[in-house]
Amino acid sequence: MKNRLADKVLSIKPSGIRKYFDIVSEMKDAISLGVGEPDFDTPWHIRDEGIYSLEKGRTFYTSNAGLKELKIEITKYLQRRVGVTYDYDSQVIVTVGGSEAIDIGLRALINPGDEVLIPQPSYVSYEPCALLAGATPVIINLKAENDFRLTAEELREAITEKTKLLILPFPNNPTGAIMEKKDLEAIAEVILEKDILVMSDEIYSELSYKEDHVSIVTIPGMLERTILINGFSKAYAMTGWRLGYACGPKEIIAQMIKIHQFAIMCAPTTSQYAAIEALKNGDEDVKEMKEAYNQRRRYLVNAFREMELECFEPFGAFYVFPSIREFQMTSDEFATRFLMEEKVAVVPGTAFGDCGEGFLRISYAYSLDTLKIAIGRLKQFVTRLREEQNK
Amino acid sequence: MREKILAAIEKNSRIDTKELSIILDLNEVDIINEIAAMEQESVICGYHTLIDWDKTTVEKVNALIEVRVTPQRGQGFDSIAERIYKYQEVHAVFLISGGYDLLVSLEGKTLREISAFVSDKLSTLDTVISTSTHFILKKYKDHGTILGNRTMVERESITP
Repeated sequence: MKNRLADKVLSIKPSGIRKYFDIVSEMKDAISLGVGEPDFDTPWHIRDEGIYSLEKGRTFYTSNAGLKELKIEITKYLQRRVGVTYDYDSQVIVTVGGSEAIDIGLRALINPGDEVLIPQPSYVSYEPCALLAGATPVIINLKAENDFRLTAEELREAITEKTKLLILPFPNNPTGAIMEKKDLEAIAEVILEKDILVMSDEIYSELSYKEDHVSIVTIPGMLERTILINGFSKAYAMTGWRLGYACGPKEIIAQMIKIHQFAIMCAPTTSQYAAIEALKNGDEDVKEMKEAYNQRRRYLVNAFREMELECFEPFGAFYVFPSIREFQMTSDEFATRFLMEEKVAVVPGTAFGDCGEGFLRISYAYSLDTLKIAIGRLKQFVTRLREEQNK
Repeated sequence: MREKILAAIEKNSRIDTKELSIILDLNEVDIINEIAAMEQESVICGYHTLIDWDKTTVEKVNALIEVRVTPQRGQGFDSIAERIYKYQEVHAVFLISGGYDLLVSLEGKTLREISAFVSDKLSTLDTVISTSTHFILKKYKDHGTILGNRTMVERESITP
């Protein structure tokens, strides 16, 4: 057989972080600042509910869209935290992580040749998922001088006749950028004028340190054209439970449920029971973890300032995205040398899009003690590089 | 500001004020003044280290003693509690609701030392009606911290 594999899949580049992973896992005393998940364990009362559901023998499938009680708790949560009302019965689907929601959301919307706008640097899944759904991904390169926010001008410039959907990834992985209300209002105007849809990935919504996160669905006219994606991974430190959800117009959700029903059946039952507990009694845990992240964020931003490493102040997620352009090397070279010489792993900005060149993603999902050791090594490395340059 | 500082140093009293000012986004001088004031007012009563003595060669015996006493006119339980907590080997004294009155936490070098304290000193106090001694066999968690060995980090080292 000639074409054993699908061309579409072959055309997708493998993730750029694999190489670092392989080196780090072989290296002794290496420190990694390379993870995109919380360092906290899932709060015990949430784990306990999961265990209890197993003890009770709740090991069956749930309905495709998810447990009714969970969907109700999700709508209550969104009412409480976002200030938006969804019908639990027709506008909510519980998915296997936010990732599945991205995938099936795209597949539910895209016709061949539709253009999907993807601001980068951003999470690694959007572009491949758009490609697999048959879309033409159109990349919007966000700029450091705008603190990596999406501006109305950038959006307007990227829109063509074929534009169907904008993916809005804020608070952002890897930059830590947020979109404030005024930023959202500005792009909403263009979105309405050009009549396009929005997929708002708000998985880091609880980790917003300037003011409470504002969702684009609260801007007039946006609710009807937005798929809101969120989940339990980041806010409740539940990455391994693989649980997320999407909310949106019921005709879109209905199609997403169709794909989900045939591809997945339903999200893990144990996780769904645990998630009910998270939404009911987890607000305090979220607050505590957020305060811990915020302390580390301040520590890192201050440390970069002290070593005169150019870095905008990130107000979201748990990443800092400093610039290394002064050293005249690529992100990949910097990250590789830093790992080999100082045994600290960071992720080059290019893993999240070409415009991430010249930047590094540094995660602060680590204890302050770990961060201190890593920063000490970074300082040493940066000093050495500067000396080399001055020779 | 007080609550913020206290929440931070309750978990880590060794943190220096400069670092505290960075992570809490507060002025360092204000922090120093506030901590001094709280020490003055006995809001902050001391700085201790949580040690798992079982991992050292030092032998220690801990016991919790339930004490029933006769409260004294005009002073309630306070003066009897004071008589008890002044002993060096007494670690902590709490007034308790329910079946007994005072819970006394003792630390000694040997079992004999503790039993000697209970029989010679504690039980012989006029106001003490009865005592019931419980020896601590193993400490799992103390002051909000799980003792025992650190678990290995099993998280993948690099994820998107």
